[in-house]
This record gives sequence, C-alpha cells and structure tokens, in this order.
Amino acid sequence: MTIRVLKPGLSTTVQDLGRYGYAHLGISPCGAADTVSLRIANLLVGNEEYAAVLEMTLLGATLEFERNTIVAISGANCACKVGQYRIPVNTSVEVPAGAVLQCGNMTGGARAYVAVRGGVDVPLVMGSASTDLRGGFGGIEGRGLRAGDVIQAGKATRSSPKHLRTGAIDGLPRSGLNRVTRGAQREWFSDDEYTKFLATSFTASEQSDRAGLRLKGGPIQPLEQKQLLTDGIPLGAVQVPQDGQPIILFVDQQTTGGYPKIASVIAADMHRIGQLRPRDEVRFAEVSVAEAIEALRAQERWLKDIWQNS
Amino acid sequence: MHYSSGDAACGQREPLMKLVAASDSSMLVLFADENAPGTQAKVLGLFHALQARHDPRIRNLHPGYVSLLVDFDPLVMTHEEVAVLVDSAADAGFDRPPDAGNIVDIPVCYGGEFGPDLSDVAAHAHLSEDEVVRIHAGGDYQVAFLGFTAGFAYLSGMPEALSMPRLATPRRAVAAGSVGIAGGQTGIYPTETPGGWRLIGRTPLRMFDPKAGQPTRVVPGDRVRFVSINSTEYERLAQERG
Repeated sequence: MTIRVLKPGLSTTVQDLGRYGYAHLGISPCGAADTVSLRIANLLVGNEEYAAVLEMTLLGATLEFERNTIVAISGANCACKVGQYRIPVNTSVEVPAGAVLQCGNMTGGARAYVAVRGGVDVPLVMGSASTDLRGGFGGIEGRGLRAGDVIQAGKATRSSPKHLRTGAIDGLPRSGLNRVTRGAQREWFSDDEYTKFLATSFTASEQSDRAGLRLKGGPIQPLEQKQLLTDGIPLGAVQVPQDGQPIILFVDQQTTGGYPKIASVIAADMHRIGQLRPRDEVRFAEVSVAEAIEALRAQERWLKDIWQNS
Repeated sequence: MHYSSGDAACGQREPLMKLVAASDSSMLVLFADENAPGTQAKVLGLFHALQARHDPRIRNLHPGYVSLLVDFDPLVMTHEEVAVLVDSAADAGFDRPPDAGNIVDIPVCYGGEFGPDLSDVAAHAHLSEDEVVRIHAGGDYQVAFLGFTAGFAYLSGMPEALSMPRLATPRRAVAAGSVGIAGGQTGIYPTETPGGWRLIGRTPLRMFDPKAGQPTRVVPGDRVRFVSINSTEYERLAQERG
C-alpha cells in the first residue's frame, strides 16, 4: 500500500521510538519528539506501539492513500480532513482508496503523528526507522518529506485497532511545569542562580528544533567561566551556554557537549517538550530522582489504562 | 544525588571515581576533574567493560574526556544498580594497556584547497607549513570519544606545538573528510556540517557510512596515524571510494 505526499507540511519526518546503542559513535537517538502520542497513534490503528509513523510539525501534510486503510492522528490538533469530513485526533478512521488526508495548522501543541495500519515501511538503519536530519540517514533518505514522495505502508499485524475510553486522553497534562532533576553540573551554579533558574518564566525560541529547545529568559550564569571537558549529554539535559540562555537538549541532540548542564527534564515530561511551540512559556520545577521515576511509572500505568475493554 | 566513594556495598571504589545522577535515566561516572594522564585509559576501560556485558537495560554509553555517561531504562534499572555494575567492572580492573585498540591509518592531503587554515596554523605556531604537516602526521593519536555529529572522532595526543583556538566565526559548511584543529585537539569531519575547527587537510576516506555493519571508521580507543598524501593519491583513493 502506498501513500503519496501531495504537500509535505512544514517539517514532516518518519520517526519511531528512536535509535539506541550508538551514542558512542556520536549517533543521536532521534525518534518521536512526543513518544506518548506516537504510541497512542500506533495502538489506535492496531500496530505495535513502536511502529514507524509520520511526525508533522506546526503545519501538517497532505497525503493520498492508494487503498483502503486505517489511520489515526495523535498529538496536537491539526484540523484534519478526509475529503469534506473533519476527523478528530485520537480516533482511528477508515480512509477509502484514493482519499486525501489533509492536515492543517496545529493548535494546542507543535507536533502530530499520523499512524497508518501496518506502519510506515522504510529500511531500518542501525535498527531504527527514525530520520536523523543532522546525520542525513534513516526515514526517507535522511530528510524531511517532499511533495511527490511515495511512502510504503507495511503489512498489518493481527491485532485489531484499539479504542480510547471517553475522556481518557484528558488525563495527559499538556501545560504547566516541566519537572527536572538536578543536572550533572548543578554545582557549577550558585544556589541563588539555581533558584532563579527554577523561578524564571522562559520563552521557547523560534530557533528551536529537534536538536535543542532554545529558551529565552534569565540569563542564568555559572559561578565562574571555567571550561567543561566535553562529556556525555543525557536526553532532556538543560545546558547553559555562555550567553546564559538555556537549551533543552532534545531527540536529535549531540551526544557530547562542553557546556554545563544545570538540570535534566524527567523522562515522563519529555513528551511535553515535544509539544512546545515557539513563544510558549516554559517553567521548571525540581523533583527527586525517585519522584521522577514514579511519575514515569504512573505514565506507563496511564497508557495501559486509557483503552476500552482493557 | 551523588553516589560518592564509599556508597558501594562491596569492593574498593576506584580512587577519584565519582558517580552522579545526570538525569532520572542516566549516571555520569567521573574519573577526575582534570584531564590527567591515565584518565582516558580508565574511561575507555570502563566503556569497553560495560559494552562487553551487552546489558539490555543499558541504552547508550557516552564516553567523554574524563567521564562515561551511562544511559539506561529507568523502568527496569536503578541508579544503585548502575553503581554496582560500575564498581564490579572497576573491581575486575579496567585499566587498559595504553597500546590497546586497533591501529587505523588515515591518509590526509594537507594544505591547498583541502586545508585552507594550514598557513594560519603554521604562522600561529611559528613553523613552516611543511613542519606543521610533519608534526601532525608524526603524532600518535587515540580516539578519546565520538560526538558532535555522527562519526566525529575527538583525537587525543596532538603535539602541543600545533594548538590553536578555533575560528572566531565558524564556517557554514565544512566538507566531509576535513581534518581540523581546535585548541589542543584534532579531529576529522565525517559529513558536511557547519564547523569552527582550523582546517589543515582532508582525507579521501569515508569516515561514516550509516548503512555499513560498522558505521564509523574508528571507534573509541582506536589508535590513529595520519599519513601525508599528495593530491594525485587523494584523487585515486577518492575514486576507489566511489
């Protein structure tokens, strides 16, 4: 089954849950910016939750389907239509052969995920379908989609599409504070400066991308301008470069870096970072590592609990 | 949260080794705050010891100059379990002999269009261009780690005489294979990217091939020797590469 790209949207890439095990070769994890939405979209069409999907950013794509299939869109609202009919997010929809799915401007978030029954079928590179835009590999030729691209959908598994319980998705918070644990170089900052970091209302910069969510605000200054010997960067680390404007290192991030890291966004809140739009307010709140892991466990329980008859 | 020396339930923690939770899913193992001799062998030793375990709970290992970041799945592994694993690797002794690692020869055509900053590096070092090439190609390098972009190798062991700060304004595009200097380090750009290192030459070898079984030409711990080649040899090797 083929899908023809009529309009690519602003930045649409093939993504799955990411490429792990190659950081020592300088290779970023990539993968969906909002893995919670990717997993929900896949389960809605009866895929394995880790199947490859299309990640759309701010402005959605227009896609033509060769045959009857089932699709679902999760994440931000993007005014999707099949022909004349508006289709809601987080619902599986049967699309007839030859139909055109049109996705528009996103509201309430930055990214939406189109899952197709059978998954997007691209050759795996280092075990993953994810597009590495900086490295130029994975997905469709290592780049964002273009008009005229033809994408293959894979063979469907035997599992049937799942349906969300009414209102279940509302349990996933989309705004508010981003929880962090202390960063590896927290002690490079005075207590006053760290308190200022937690009290500051930052703004997401227009220059943000999948490699880094750039924040405006502060500035936040380390105690002294000493040089950090380049070290490994965990996903979600908040690094503070010389200009004092923090950057949340994101899925396409460098695997190593030389700026002090004041904090790290907890794994359970990374999906929120993936939905930040330019000019959104960004605030942080510190939690302990134990609280962070409990939040992740709670999110996993929530993800199991949102389905009908489950 | 710190997992400082003495936390371990058993065994003697490697002196000056410090464990810090870098996030809810990762642990930074720090060997020293300074780039002391012998530290790199310890980082690489721990990296190889943990890699050899193929522990499915560990998602990624990021070696740095004086540290190793262990990234793991926090739903199936705790920071305490990482600390125990690191300590048991240390107990087994992970000091690598300094000559461990494959030896990889990298042919480089120095200067000219491939090395637009060679004359600046020579002037900065008060040397002739030929002397810079002789010293750079005569060095004994080790891959400390890869980072910045896929396949970018940070090499330690560059002779001090060639140190030079990076460009004030980075280039918008540096060609794949370019060999550069930044401060006391030298490295090779595997793909075309923006970059601020001083470019002294270029290798015709493909340093990164995502579809190959081994995607990068060098891995952490490899020894690297630069071999000076002329432009005719460069073209011949570039054609062989295809």
